Amino acid sequence: MRKSSFVLAALLGASLVGASVAQAADAVKIGILFPLTGNAAAAGQAAKAAVEVATDIVNNDHPELSDIPLAKGAGLPGLGGAKIELVSVDHQGNPSVAQQQTLRLITQEKVQALVGAYQSSCALTATAVAERYGIPFVVGDSVAGNITGRGFKWTFRVTPLAADFGDAYMSFIADARKAGKQIRSIAIINENTDYGTSVAEAIEGAAKKANIPVAARIPYSASSTDVSAQVLQLKDKQPDLVIFISYTADAILYMKTMKSLDYTPPMVLGDDSGFSDPSFIPAVKDIAQGAMNRSAWDIGKPGSTSYKINEMYKAKTGHDLDDTSGRDLQAFLTLAEAINRAGSTEPAKIQAALKATDLKPNQLMMGYRGVKFDGTGQNILASTYLIQLKGDSYELVWPFDRTQNKLEWPMKGWR
Amino acid sequence: MLLLQVIVGGLLLGAIYALFSSGLTLIWGMMNFINFAHGEFVMLGMYAALLAAIWLGGGPAVFGFASLLALFVLGVIIYISLIRHVMRGPMLAQILSTFGLALLLRYTAFWLFSANVVSMPETVLSGNLNIGGILVSVPQLIAGVIAAALTIAMHLLLTRTTIGSKLLAVAEDRNAAMLMGIRPDGMQALAWGLSAGSAGIAGALMAMSYPWSPSVGETFGLTAFVVVTFGGFGSVPGAMYAGLIIGLIQALSAYYLGPIYKDVVVYALFVALLWLRPQGLMGKA
Repeated sequence: MRKSSFVLAALLGASLVGASVAQAADAVKIGILFPLTGNAAAAGQAAKAAVEVATDIVNNDHPELSDIPLAKGAGLPGLGGAKIELVSVDHQGNPSVAQQQTLRLITQEKVQALVGAYQSSCALTATAVAERYGIPFVVGDSVAGNITGRGFKWTFRVTPLAADFGDAYMSFIADARKAGKQIRSIAIINENTDYGTSVAEAIEGAAKKANIPVAARIPYSASSTDVSAQVLQLKDKQPDLVIFISYTADAILYMKTMKSLDYTPPMVLGDDSGFSDPSFIPAVKDIAQGAMNRSAWDIGKPGSTSYKINEMYKAKTGHDLDDTSGRDLQAFLTLAEAINRAGSTEPAKIQAALKATDLKPNQLMMGYRGVKFDGTGQNILASTYLIQLKGDSYELVWPFDRTQNKLEWPMKGWR
Repeated sequence: MLLLQVIVGGLLLGAIYALFSSGLTLIWGMMNFINFAHGEFVMLGMYAALLAAIWLGGGPAVFGFASLLALFVLGVIIYISLIRHVMRGPMLAQILSTFGLALLLRYTAFWLFSANVVSMPETVLSGNLNIGGILVSVPQLIAGVIAAALTIAMHLLLTRTTIGSKLLAVAEDRNAAMLMGIRPDGMQALAWGLSAGSAGIAGALMAMSYPWSPSVGETFGLTAFVVVTFGGFGSVPGAMYAGLIIGLIQALSAYYLGPIYKDVVVYALFVALLWLRPQGLMGKA
C-alpha cells in the first residue's frame, strides 16, 4: 500500500516535471534578416544557409563537434532541451525594408532575439528598431564602425569592425615590407554606402598613422555598369597595393576591366564581401590569380571542427563556407550559447548573458581570439587573417607565422 | 591619349545604351505605351546568351542571334497574352501591367537562375586591341559596333521599308491603317517582338563584358528611360545620339570628377535639356 502510493506519487511527480519541461521546451524564436533578393542576394542566401547549419548544430546531437558549445546533445539544455526556431525575412539590401521587417519580426512574430544583416546600412536601421523594443540583436557580419558605439544596450557585434581591418592591413604592409616586398603607396577603392565608406575611412586613418602614402581614394557606386574610369586612374597613379572595398558584381567587373585595360597592380587586396562571395572565384579565377582577401575563416585540416562544419554546409549548398557566412554562423552560435546560459527567453536575461559571454578560441569555428563584448557591445577579441587566391581556392598567407603557405608577390592576375 | 581612351570607352558603352533604348522608344512611338519591363528584357537577353553559349557553344554570332530570337518570341507572346488586353483599359492599368510584368520576369529569373552573379565563360571572347596606344577590349569593340549597326538598321527598317511604313501607319492612325488593309494587331505584335529582340541582343552584347544577376534589369531599365527621354520619345535616331552622349558624359565625368559624380552630371544635364527642350533632342513637340 505504502509502496504503491509512493510509486503513484513518483509517477505524479514525474508527470509534473514532464509537464514543466514540456512547457520550458517551447521553441526559442530567433529572427534572421538578410538580403535574399537584390544585388547581394547570393551573399544573403549563403548567410541564411550558414545560420541554418548553426541551428542544426544546436538543435540536433553533434558529438563530433564537441569543441563547439551546444553541439553535443539536442537543443538548449539550459531551457530543458528547447529547440531554436528560425524566422527568416528578406530586407532586399534596402535599409527601410530592414527597418519594417525588424518591426514585424518583433511585434508580429514575437521573436526573442535577432541576427543579421549583411549590409551595414541595413544593420544600422534594424538595430535601431531592436533597441527601441529592447530585443537583443547580434550583428554577424556588418562592419561599419558606427553600428556599435551609438550607446545602444541591445546591439552585440561578434565580427571585427572597420578599424580592426585598417590596423590589420597596416601590420600586413609592415610585415610585407620587412619581407622585402616593395610597397611605396596604396590606393583605396570603395563602394559608397556605410560599409565601404567606413572601412575606407578606417584604412585611410590607419595608413596616415603608419605613414603609408595613399595615392588615390576612389569612392564609387556598387551598381555601376562601367568602372573603366577608376581603373584608368589607378593605371595613372601606379600604387603598389590596391585595396578594394566592394560588393560582388562590382568586384568581378573591376577584375575584368583591369584585364581589358591591360593593367595589373603588384597586388590587389579585397576587403572580404564581394571577394568572398561564392560567385567571385568561378567568375575571375583565370584573371585574378594571386588576389588577396581578408578572412577569419579557414577550412582547416580534414578532421578539424571547422572542416566538419564546412562539410555540413557543403552538403547543404554545394559550395564551401566563406568568411562572410562563417561570421554569421559564429554570431548565431554565440547567441545560442548566451540564451542557453540565460536559461530563459526573456530579452533582459538574454542581454545579461550576452554581456557575460566569454568564449575561448578553441570553442569557436572562426579564427577570432575569442568572444567577449565591451560596453558598446563590440567583440574585443575579434581579429582577421589574410588569404590569397591560388588555383580555385583561397589559401591562408598572413600572419606569416601562422602558416606554411608562401605569399606570392606580385600577383599573376590574368597574365 | 588618356582622354581618347576615356572617350572610346564611353562611346562603346553608349552604343549599347542606344541599342536597348531604341526598343523602348519603338514601343512608345508605335503605341504610346510605356514598357517598364524593358530592363528585364535586357536581363533575360543576358541569360539567354549565357545558356546558348553553354549549350550551343560558338561565338557572339550564335548566342547573339539566340538571344534575339528568344526575346523576339517572348515579346510577341507578351503582346498577345497581356498587352493587347490591357491596351483597352485605362492608362493606369497599362502602366501597372508592365510594372507587374517587370517584377514577374525579375523574380522568375531569381527562381530559375538563382541570385548568384554570373558571367560569360572567359573562353567565349577575350583579348585586347591596341590601336595607336588606345586599348580596346575585343568584346566591347564588337558589342559597340554591332549595337551601332543594329540601331541604324532599326531606323532604316522603320523609314525605308514597307514593313516600316506599315508600322508607322498603325502608329499614325490605327483606323486609317485598317482601311488600307493593314492588321494593327500583327504590326504591333511585330513591334513588341522587335523591341524585346533588340533588348535581347543588347543584353547578349553586354553579357560579354559585364557580370550580372537577375536584379540587373533595374539599372538598365532606368538608363533606357533616361536615354529615350533625352533623345525624344519615339525617335530611334534620338535614342542613338542620346545613348552615345550619355555614355560619353558618364565616362568623362567619372574620370575627371570621380565615379560618384557621374550620375549627378548626367541627370543635371538631363534636367537642363528638358527645361530647354521638353520634347527631347529629336522628339516632335
